[in-house]
This record gives sequence, structure tokens and C-alpha cells, in this order.
Amino acid sequence: MDFELLQKVAMTRDEYDRLVDMLNREPNELEVGIVGALWSEHCGYKHSKPLFHHFPTEGETILTKTGEENAGAIDLGDGWCAVFKMESHNHPSAIEPYQGAATGVGGILRDIFAMGMRPIALLDSLRFGPLDDRNNKYLFNGVVSGIGGYGNCIGVPTVGGEVQFDKSYSGNPLVNAMCVGIGRVENLLSASASGPGNPLLLVGADTGRDGIHGATFASVELDENAEEMRPAVQVGNPFLEKLLLEACVELAEEHNDWIVGLQDLGAAGLTSSAIEAASRAGTGIDIDVTLVPRREEKMTAYEVMLSESQERMLVIPKKEHLDDVIHLFRRWEIRADVIGYVTDDEHVTIREGKEVVARMPVAIPTDPPMYSPNTMRPSELDDLHNQDLSVIPDVKNPGVELLNLLGNSNITSRQMIYRQYDHQVLNNTVVLPGGDAAVLRIKGLKQGIAVTTDCNARLVALEPRVGSSIAVAEAARNIVATGSRPVAVTDCLNFGNPEKPSVAYQLEQAVLGISDACRKLGTPVVSGNASLYNETPVGQILPTPSIGMLGVSDSSEDSLTIAPRENNILILIGADLAQGIESLSGSEYATQKLGFTAGKPFIDLDYEVKVQKFILDAHKAKLLTAAHDCSEGGIAIALGEMALAASLGLEAGQIDCGSRVDASLFGEAQSRFIIATDSQDSLSFLEKMLQDSNILFSVIGRAHGERFQLGPIDLSISEMREEYEEGLHRLLDS
Amino acid sequence: MMKAAVVVFPGTWSDGDCTWALQNIGIDVRKVWHRESSFAKDELVVLPGGFSYGDYLRCGAIAQFSPVIEGVRSHAAKGGLVIGICNGFQILCESGLLPGALVRNKSLQFRCEDTYLLPGSDSPFTKNISSNYALQIPISHGEGNYYADERTLNLLEEQDRIAFRYSSAMGEVNQSSNPNGSSRNIAGIINNGGNVLGMMPHPERACEQLLGSEDGNQIWLSLLEEYL
Repeated sequence: MDFELLQKVAMTRDEYDRLVDMLNREPNELEVGIVGALWSEHCGYKHSKPLFHHFPTEGETILTKTGEENAGAIDLGDGWCAVFKMESHNHPSAIEPYQGAATGVGGILRDIFAMGMRPIALLDSLRFGPLDDRNNKYLFNGVVSGIGGYGNCIGVPTVGGEVQFDKSYSGNPLVNAMCVGIGRVENLLSASASGPGNPLLLVGADTGRDGIHGATFASVELDENAEEMRPAVQVGNPFLEKLLLEACVELAEEHNDWIVGLQDLGAAGLTSSAIEAASRAGTGIDIDVTLVPRREEKMTAYEVMLSESQERMLVIPKKEHLDDVIHLFRRWEIRADVIGYVTDDEHVTIREGKEVVARMPVAIPTDPPMYSPNTMRPSELDDLHNQDLSVIPDVKNPGVELLNLLGNSNITSRQMIYRQYDHQVLNNTVVLPGGDAAVLRIKGLKQGIAVTTDCNARLVALEPRVGSSIAVAEAARNIVATGSRPVAVTDCLNFGNPEKPSVAYQLEQAVLGISDACRKLGTPVVSGNASLYNETPVGQILPTPSIGMLGVSDSSEDSLTIAPRENNILILIGADLAQGIESLSGSEYATQKLGFTAGKPFIDLDYEVKVQKFILDAHKAKLLTAAHDCSEGGIAIALGEMALAASLGLEAGQIDCGSRVDASLFGEAQSRFIIATDSQDSLSFLEKMLQDSNILFSVIGRAHGERFQLGPIDLSISEMREEYEEGLHRLLDS
Repeated sequence: MMKAAVVVFPGTWSDGDCTWALQNIGIDVRKVWHRESSFAKDELVVLPGGFSYGDYLRCGAIAQFSPVIEGVRSHAAKGGLVIGICNGFQILCESGLLPGALVRNKSLQFRCEDTYLLPGSDSPFTKNISSNYALQIPISHGEGNYYADERTLNLLEEQDRIAFRYSSAMGEVNQSSNPNGSSRNIAGIINNGGNVLGMMPHPERACEQLLGSEDGNQIWLSLLEEYL
């Protein structure tokens, strides 16, 4: 066998031998291409799947089995459901940021409407290297424009997400796109090719040579020659996808009895789409590549089967409704062509005209080798845990430090990003971006949904299991701060090369940590994706298990924002105000002071659950007027963001910050919220509730006036606003 | 009862929001696909926001040649009411139904945010809106920077055809309240006959307090009153 071909599809010699054994013969080039794509890390999850059994995946409201469909579905009650998923598009974005990010958005949208649901919200979890580097700036600008370019054009609002900066992402940015769709439970579609004799209908864009080996490219490290992989990046056409979306949603809502399955074409194109659909149904497929409409001449069967041209879907209509389905797509001015049919022989058969060019049991490409992780705990973790944080002298001028943090790339306002995204189209966005989670109402239903993404990768790096639990807990805190109940999780596991024992350790521990927190919080993992091999010649990325979370609000009209009202009383929930030095572990403040991240992250998940339950109970009792979770930058930043959101100062000059002022103000201890309430009576109720549940708290002060006075800090709201709102502009302009 | 025809081009996405907002205040709505071209005389024709035909060329440049725009032209010529919002405004300018053009935002970036609009002009769309109250209505566009030559701008002013100007929340029209670089802070204009309005902001999004503002309804209510 041609070794170069194996390299192209990232198949090892051993894997090739395994394939020969399974086939009982030498495969031809097309067969190697097909199997190589489906056995790639991106499609086959060969290093990550062996860990997935740890995830809790079941719950009363979960309608799908994790991993079996394109996205996870949640029952919202009254006959409605929500589906959601997050997926990475990291490597394409590293070499062609605009199209890489745009097609990431396009891809996740297709996963949602493939299930027959209408996409109503997009979110993006992004990571870049520091903005003082020209290439990172280029990647940042390209990715942000690409996300906007696709989402704005297709008319699905981008309502949330997050962005963090760290030098480990230089040259290997992370672009994780999440989409949420809603619809009636009875319209949920499956991506299954059942009913032998049913036709396979390819709809949407013509097939070109773009994106060939995209799945493979996503499964290897980026090297100096990565630029040469630019042809593996696809080009998006959001206009065509808008038409596909409308046609598919109409098909699901009005004629779902016409079809047996609907599947998107993503990584590995027609190959993965058709084979996975057959695998789900226990059938076979027979495709004639000459029937696939092309945008380029003289394409080989190999190129047609492995093209990742965007905006294509595979519809499996019942044969008696083929004409109806074709007519529906034509009405939306979309091309639809029969390219083959479902068989009962459990084989994948690819023809070029009359000639069979590939044939094998469906069970072979869908049975990738699985590698159990060979893990080793990096020895430096213990050193970092034992780092004495008290070498940092206590803060001298906390006002200046607060202004610095407000302008810090990891904390400063994201408005300059989200105002480039249409976040309001579809008339559902009740809580806009800029707070903890976005809340969307559902027309005709009292319940709404809250959505967020989160991951503090620095904490994951310090202690992968605890840090990953914290990522889940913080996502849940974002949801709870809007008055919504956390319900389910999707994740995007972004790691380096899993063949390295230290990375395998991070990956394994992260899965365990996510599982720990999801069990405690009652939020099963319903969908997800793994993106491994995020490495460049200078090193691997911080381990970044991005968490996407969906919450349900019992009444979207009663959602909380982070903005208190005039004279509201602000209370810290979950901890005493005075914190010890350990609270600076992994914090933004300490990282700046030390020049590296150190300390031992900690979370008590039982306590976390108790605190979150208190917030929801207090909201239900109508005692809260605002809530915000405390994360990067500590309570000083949380209170600052609340003050800026409300354009109100803070009267809390009298608080006692204890022996370490920096730890109390800028420390990042977990399980903390700031809440606002509007009367002494409500405060008394809240105090009683808190005492009864043994939750620590500390009354901070009052939202009022134009000065922000917090212990030793005394700043004007306008000078804080300037730092906060100009932060990203300043970094990009420098 | 007042009726509205909401036009849908391939790539339109505000058709649903316009339908929602109009139905909420009791206006009967039908959707009209871009291949149709006839409207009832008393229908309000709505050209909603979106990216008609993908807008890969200049915004609205292709839509002007569609069958439905022929219908809109003849509807407008007969005095029928037409409102173009966002992409609809761009299409009306491209079709020559309104003067001027919408070019790239001065920031060269897409902008989605709240704006405040000071109403003017004695048209059926604005006649019942108090002129000393700035309406809170969001924008969402990359090419909303209104441009026309000085003569046209002067004419629009003389003929009282500037329907909305971007202002501060307090109603001050100045450079800092201009989100996209539009000439003379123009957010919306009216044709010579007073029956065609084009505006970049999205009144259909400011239709409920739950979404942050219901000021957009004032345009529909103004039309409704006109019809009573």
C-alpha cells in the first residue's frame, strides 16, 4: 500500500493492517480514503470515546441517547423540546479564520435542523493567543467576522459565548460553536437510513473539491506547513444554508411522514453522512457517484466521496414520497438529486456508473480502533499547587488594580464583539449578551431557555479533574444567575495530542471532572465533540473542555439580569467577604503578579449545589432583583460589572477585607454569587433562608450614586466604564 | 381591518418578526414569495430585513430585478403604502423608489445595538408619533450608512421627508448618536408621494417590553389610526 496515501488520511500502519484483516483483502485507494476518514479522531473519537462511559447521560427530560443523533434533545414540557450541541472548528480557523469560523457556524446549524428543529440561538466559545501579536489579532478579527458573517446572514441570533486569551493558543485558536434549536417533540427527526429501497436524496450545494481531508486535517497537529492545508478549509454560503434550513424545518413541521431520515453532511462529507445513517438503521447503502451534482469537472470517486463542500444534506424519503420531497426543495429553489438508495445487505457500495469502485460491510468504517489512554500525571502540577502565593505582597492601590483588571483581555467588556453579531433576530432574546447567560423566550410557551458556555482553562491546567468540575459549576452558576434551572450539558473537549501521556491524563481527568459535577448538578451530558491534536511547534494548548449548558426558565418574563436598581442592597452569597491567600489560586490577579498561574483549585460540589438551589429558591420567592456569579477578577469585578450594567455606583466603603485585601477583592474562590434585593424586609427573609441552609454570606452595601466605593476602592463609574468598554479596542489598536 | 403583505425573498429573515409584530397589534398578515407580483390596493407592503439572494453583490442590488419589486413599484405608483426595513430600505433605494444609497457602516463593521430615533415628517407612518420623544429601536446591519448628494439631502429636508434621525436617548441629534455615519443622521426617509418609507432600524424588534422596547409599534399604530 502507498504509504503516502496512509499519511494523507492519518492512518497508521497498524490501523491499515487491522483494516486488511477486517476486509480479508487489500483495500483500494477509495476504500482507504473512506475508512481513514471515519477512523480519524475527528469522526471516530478513537482516543476519547473509551472515556465517554463516565459521563452521566440520562435524565427524566432527556429525549435522545447521547452520541446516537446529531445533537441532544431535552423535553421542555407542553409538547416542546430543545436540541443543542457544540462543535469545534479549530484547525480550519487557524489557517483561514474567516471561513473556518463561518463554516463552523454553518456546520453546527445543520446538526440542529437535521433533527427537524428550528435553530434559535448560536453561541461561541473562543480562545486566542495574546492580542499583542499580529497573527493573533488577524485570527481574532477573522474569526469574529466569520461568525458574524455567517450568523448575521442566515438570521439566527448569536446570543452568547466567551473569549479568553492565553499564549498557549497562539497559532492554534479554539473556535467552538454551539447551536440551540426548538420545536415540537413529534417533529424530532432521526438521521437514519431505514427502509431498503428508499432513495438517498442529496440536497443543497453542488459538490466540489473543497475540504477534502478536512476530517483528517482536524486530527493531526498543526505544523510549519499547515498553511498548505488551506484547500482543506471549506467556503461557506450562508444564503444557501438559509434556504436549506427553511426547507428542512418545513419538511419536519409539516411533512415528517414523507421521510425516514435527515442527516447533515459535515466532516468527511457524503462518506460519513451516508455510512452513519446506514449504521443507525442497520441497513446498507448503494451510491453512484456519477449522480452527485458537481461544481468542478473530472472529479474522481475519491474526491466526490470525501469532499466537505458545505450546505449539503442527505434526505432519505419514503420512496412513495420522493417526488413530494423533491418538489418541496425545488420550491425553496434548492437542487435535489437521487444519488443512490438504501439496501438490506448491510454493506456500503459505491459505484461509478456501472462499475463498483468500493464495497465493504458498514460495520468496518463504523468500528474504528479504540485506544485506551496511556496517562501520566505531569509532575509540575504538585509544584504549582505548592507554590507559596504569599510571595505576592498584598495590594497597595486596589483602585488601580481594579481598573487594570477591567481593561484586562480576559475580563474586559465583550461588547465590541457581540455588537458585531445580530443577537436579536427572531424576537426571542429576553436577556441580551453582556451578563451571565442569555435568556430566550419561546413564543407560545411560558417557559424560556437560558444558554451559556464556560471554561476557565487555567484551572483545568492546574488540576484537570477539579478545574473541569469548576467549568461545569460555573456554567451552571451563569444559568442560575438568570433565575433558570441548569438542565443539560454539551461539551467540546479541546486538548493537545492524546498520544502524549500528560495530555491523555488531562483528557481523562477532565472527563471525570465533568462527570463529577454533572452528576451532582443533575445535568447530563447529551452531546459533544472532541478536538484533539491542538498543538503547534511551540507547544500544546491549555486543556480546554468547553462546557455549553442549557437551562430552563419557568417564566422567561421573570428572568434576572446582573443590573441592580437604585438603592438595592447587594449581598455576597456563598462565602465570607474576607478571604485567605488560597483564594488567589489560579486567579487572573495572581497570574499577573506572578507571571504564571499557580495554586490549587478547589470546589465543594455539594456546597455549590446548595448555593445554587438557594439562588433559585430566593428567585422563586421573588426576593431578588439582580444576580451575578463571581468568577475571573473576584467580587470586585463582579460588583464592578453590576455597577456598570446599572450605571449606578456602590456604597460599600465600610466592608472589612480581612488580612489579605487582594484575596478578598480579587480572589476567585468558587460557589459565590452577588445578589441584589430591594428592601430590608427581603433582606431579613434572605438572611433567614441563608442561615437555615448554612450558607455563608456577607452584606456588601447599596447600589447608589456615581462613585464605586468598595472597601479601600473609590472610583468614579465613568473612569471604570472607560477601562471596561475600551479594553479590547485598546488591545486591538495597539 | 388593516392588512399587510410581508414580502419574502430567498434570504429574508425578518419576515417572521414583522409578521409577529403586526399580528400582535391586530393587523392581518400574508406572506408574499418573491416570484409573486400583485398586491391588493389597501395592503401595507412590508419589505423586511435579511440578505435577499445572499446580498453577495451590493445589498439589494439583485432584489431590484425580482418580479415582486415590479409589483411593489406599481403598488407605490398607485399610492399604496410600502415600508422597507433594513434590507427592505436598501432594496427601495436600489430600485429607485427612494433616493440615495446605503453604504458600508463608517466603522466597517456590522452593528447590532439599540438606537434612538427622533421622528419627523408628516407622513402616514409617523403622523401620530410625538415628535419630542426619541423612539428606542435597534439596528442590525453592516451597510446602513445613508448617503445622498447635498442637493438630495437639502431637498429631503425642505420637503419634510426625513422620517427618522438617529439621536441620543434625550433626543439630541449629534455625531455621537450616529451609529453608522449616515448623512445628517438619517435613519429613515419617505418618498415624494408620502406613501413609501425606508428605514434601517427594526421597528418589528421593538414590539414588546419583554424584548426591551415597544416603541416600534408606534409606526404601525400611526398607520392604523390613519386607516380608521
